[in-house]
Amino acid sequence: MIKFNLFVLPFSLGLIYVVYSIIIHYYRWIKSLPAVDKVKLANGLRTPSKVLASLKEIFLEGLIHRKLWKRNPLLGYMHMSFALGWFLLIVMGNLESRIYHGAYINAPYYPIFLKFFIHDRLVLFFEIFTVPAFFRFIMDFLLLFVLSGLGLALIKRKQSQWFGLKRTTNHSFFDRVALSCLWMIFPLRLLAESYTAGYFGGGGGFLTQNLGNLLIKISPGPAESIAYIFWWSYSLALGLFFIMMPYSRYMHIPSELLLIIFRHCGIQPKKWGSSFSDLELHSCSRCGVCIDACQLNFAAGISDIQAIYLIRGQRDQYVPENIAMTCMLCGRCQEACPVGIKVDLLRLIKRREIGSGQVSDFSYLTQGHPGFAEVVYFAGCMSHLTPSIHIAMEGIFREAGVDYLFVDRGGSTCCGRPLMLAGKDKQSNELIEFNKTLIRQTRARLLVTSCPICYKVFREEYNLPIRIQHHSQYILELVREGKIALQSQHRKVVYHDPCDLGRGGNVYDAPRELLRKISDLMPVEKECADALCCGGSLGLMNTTLQKKDEVTRNVLQFLLAGNPDILVTACPLCKKTFMKHSKTEVRDIAELVHDAIPGRQIRKIMDPQKAEAAIP
Amino acid sequence: MENSVIVIGGGISGMTAAGMLALQGLSVTLLEKEKETGGHLARWDRLFPDRRKASEVLDFAREGMKRVNLVTGVTVTDISRQGREFTVVINSPIPNPQSPTPDHETVLKARALLLATGFDLFEARKKEEYGYGIYNNVITSADLEDRFKLKKGILTSEGKIPARIGIVHCVGSRDEKVGNLYCSKVCCVTGVKQAIELKEMLPAAEVFNFYMDLRMFDRHFEELYYEAQQKWNVNFIRGRLSECAENPDGSIIVKTEDTLTGKPFKITVDLLVLLTGFVPAGSTGDIAGMLGLVTGTDGFINSADSHIMNNSTDIPGVFVAGAVKGPISIGEAIADARAAAIQLAIYLNSPTPADD
Amino acid sequence: MIDFGYTITKDRQLDYDRGDMRYYRLVQSLEPSVDVCMECGSCTATCSAGQFTEFNIRKAHTLIRRGNTESIKAELRKCMFCGKCQLVCPRGVNLRNLILAMNRAIELLG
Repeated sequence: MIKFNLFVLPFSLGLIYVVYSIIIHYYRWIKSLPAVDKVKLANGLRTPSKVLASLKEIFLEGLIHRKLWKRNPLLGYMHMSFALGWFLLIVMGNLESRIYHGAYINAPYYPIFLKFFIHDRLVLFFEIFTVPAFFRFIMDFLLLFVLSGLGLALIKRKQSQWFGLKRTTNHSFFDRVALSCLWMIFPLRLLAESYTAGYFGGGGGFLTQNLGNLLIKISPGPAESIAYIFWWSYSLALGLFFIMMPYSRYMHIPSELLLIIFRHCGIQPKKWGSSFSDLELHSCSRCGVCIDACQLNFAAGISDIQAIYLIRGQRDQYVPENIAMTCMLCGRCQEACPVGIKVDLLRLIKRREIGSGQVSDFSYLTQGHPGFAEVVYFAGCMSHLTPSIHIAMEGIFREAGVDYLFVDRGGSTCCGRPLMLAGKDKQSNELIEFNKTLIRQTRARLLVTSCPICYKVFREEYNLPIRIQHHSQYILELVREGKIALQSQHRKVVYHDPCDLGRGGNVYDAPRELLRKISDLMPVEKECADALCCGGSLGLMNTTLQKKDEVTRNVLQFLLAGNPDILVTACPLCKKTFMKHSKTEVRDIAELVHDAIPGRQIRKIMDPQKAEAAIP
Repeated sequence: MENSVIVIGGGISGMTAAGMLALQGLSVTLLEKEKETGGHLARWDRLFPDRRKASEVLDFAREGMKRVNLVTGVTVTDISRQGREFTVVINSPIPNPQSPTPDHETVLKARALLLATGFDLFEARKKEEYGYGIYNNVITSADLEDRFKLKKGILTSEGKIPARIGIVHCVGSRDEKVGNLYCSKVCCVTGVKQAIELKEMLPAAEVFNFYMDLRMFDRHFEELYYEAQQKWNVNFIRGRLSECAENPDGSIIVKTEDTLTGKPFKITVDLLVLLTGFVPAGSTGDIAGMLGLVTGTDGFINSADSHIMNNSTDIPGVFVAGAVKGPISIGEAIADARAAAIQLAIYLNSPTPADD
Repeated sequence: MIDFGYTITKDRQLDYDRGDMRYYRLVQSLEPSVDVCMECGSCTATCSAGQFTEFNIRKAHTLIRRGNTESIKAELRKCMFCGKCQLVCPRGVNLRNLILAMNRAIELLG
């Protein structure tokens, strides 16, 4: 006999709608994948290891939210309670209902509203060891689990500082309505089940039964009718939530699932936007961790342009230019995102839409032959403003007896990445071809650069068949091969990870290993993948000078907290940015290495006494 | 030790004020952190606009110090105020017959203070792109004055006579990138003066001045500029250097824009002179902190009123004179110091106590 | 003006009264720091494109301020966006964004 009541309709209709909507979305995403990726997907789904890996990540990240736990345990618990708690409620509820009903097929609403349809009394003492008691306990326990998370969420909305978050997401009106529906579901379930349990004097667990008894005592009115009202409300809340889900932030639940599967099948985001990017847009849960990680927020008080607002704007088909262009592209939010969305790429995709229209004219570049060498050294255009870096590098090359060519000694063409950061990828192609020809003509087998920005673009966009190294990696190799010997100067130093070398290039260890050979390296509070951006980023298009200064000063507070003798950087732009504000000496790693070469020719300014002696 | 006045800083302003106060019959102690008085004036060869010898002015100021109790080689470590009396604690890291026992603290008392701690020169290494401390042939204007004083000629670091010399204006001033937005006022006329002096020593050399504006603010300055062009053929290029590079032979490649013709401009010079500007002296900040004096955002001390109370501060009994308030020329500093001395003397002679 | 059938040489002065100030006003609203430029020329001196071409960023934005935009439309395309100009500017003008703003003004106003 199928149990049915009118109140299950809102829930059922909502459920049908949301399932239909998810299927349509999934279909669209999969269909608009490029052919190559479709093959990858098909192959991946046939590979048991990939399927298992996906399931494992879905469990660890989608349900348990491991990455969030690592960042902030309270946040992790809160999100886990909703996700895992609700998931288990559904699973356990289904099991419970099968046992009660004895059949394998149930109407979908049956497990959800089970307590309305079935309400046993607690009778026999040996029932404690039977399945029904276990289920009564576990369902109540899971409900309490979810409610504890709900309590935390309510507190976080009002007082995010207690969660260590200076700021939390400013949700759109629609999201707020969806949020309210979601939050009402579980208290309504609690009240509905409790009233029913209290009225019938049984059928509830430790939470619902006791609460129900209390409620019956304090409101002796028509309890059955009151319970019925709550069952209706519960169903309505669920139905409304389901209908709103595909248009709200909660679409992230089904989207993230598919995203994880796509990733494990090897599908990657594309430079010009694709189905994958659209999927990423829907996978954002708007949790606000990106706001927390963003230096523009906590150092400069700019809190309306973070990743979540970009993504929300993209989904709503309207992104104010301000949001697209105000970002250091430092990668901190990307690193912090619990869903692993490639936010920087999404922002660049938007910038490409804005910037691709303008025409550039680089016909004035004339190709000349630079000469031949084993190693070509491209210092980067910024290095001409910090000449001590390339002077130190030339000293190191000479000391190691390397056949090198300083290809941009007299000034260089830009590597092309700053154009890309402004969204002008098409325009940068001409510059890239020019530089590639220049480098190829040298017939060098290794390209060394002093600038992480150049390093990143050489590796990712240039497609050169030669090895590419940042000078810190190159010098370390020289040391390991015994081509130069270094003596530690034993100064206390701290190292600053440049964004494009660290998070952007995955080079964390080489500079540190090198520094340990020549100085006493001190640890810093936020380093490696958690490092802060110097604030001089070329990704920031339209922020005022004062705000940039605030970011830089904030970073310096962290870096100089331990009172080092020297602040070591590996990027001319970082060096110039820090020198403006730092009272501590700022030097590049190449300079420190050059100083550590024993017995080298030290250049000194001729003092007047020597000048006097030199005159015949 | 009960004194009427303590003057902190023994440069031209401090010495002038101290001497003037002593003439009034007041008992004055002058505290100077170096071993010798004179401040930066002791380093200069000849002064603008008429290229008279700096040593004449220095000697004049030192002459006036005969009745002043001079204590050199000491640093002020604490200042406090009770009513109309100031207590100044000094320590002496440098052994000196006139100062108290080394590393020993001495406590001095006075009824008024005059702050004349002056300025420091901008550290040219901070403008890394100009290559000071990196390229041998880049020197500062102060280094050039040292060479003038030695009277042995000007040579490049390779020992050659320079055929082309560049002089760069506004190094460390009017520059947001080093945190100094203000103009240091006297460097422009110094640049023109040094251009003429270089041409006097090396008539065959070409001299180029790279400027943004030429601030010829006082009497005879504009005429000096005229003389530099008409008599000495000094070249004036309006443009600010973005960076320098070095040739293998040690000469310096300068990159600027010739804004008046509107073209990027490149030139090789054998010697490059950087006209470094003023920054507040290191000790100014410390002493302002001890007293609770207000400094401006540029780091120099704010007087009580820049027109009518320019030598007083918000603290009764504390007076200021000279470069401690901002960039100033030597003639102006001497006048300012005398004004401060008179104001201070009037303050000390007034019958009613100032409000506390 | 009546056309008498002959011409005299067009004057080459910068006629501020006849200049088109719309471009400048738009640029100013997009990048307000352009107002503090003191025309020192550091930006042009360090410009990466300036070694190869006559592109002169200081001149470009000064001409827009004087109401003369025609001559610089082609020139602005030569910028490589490297950012060195911004890094040397002693007044802290946000030059990279200024160039984008000028491009935007030309795009919108023709």
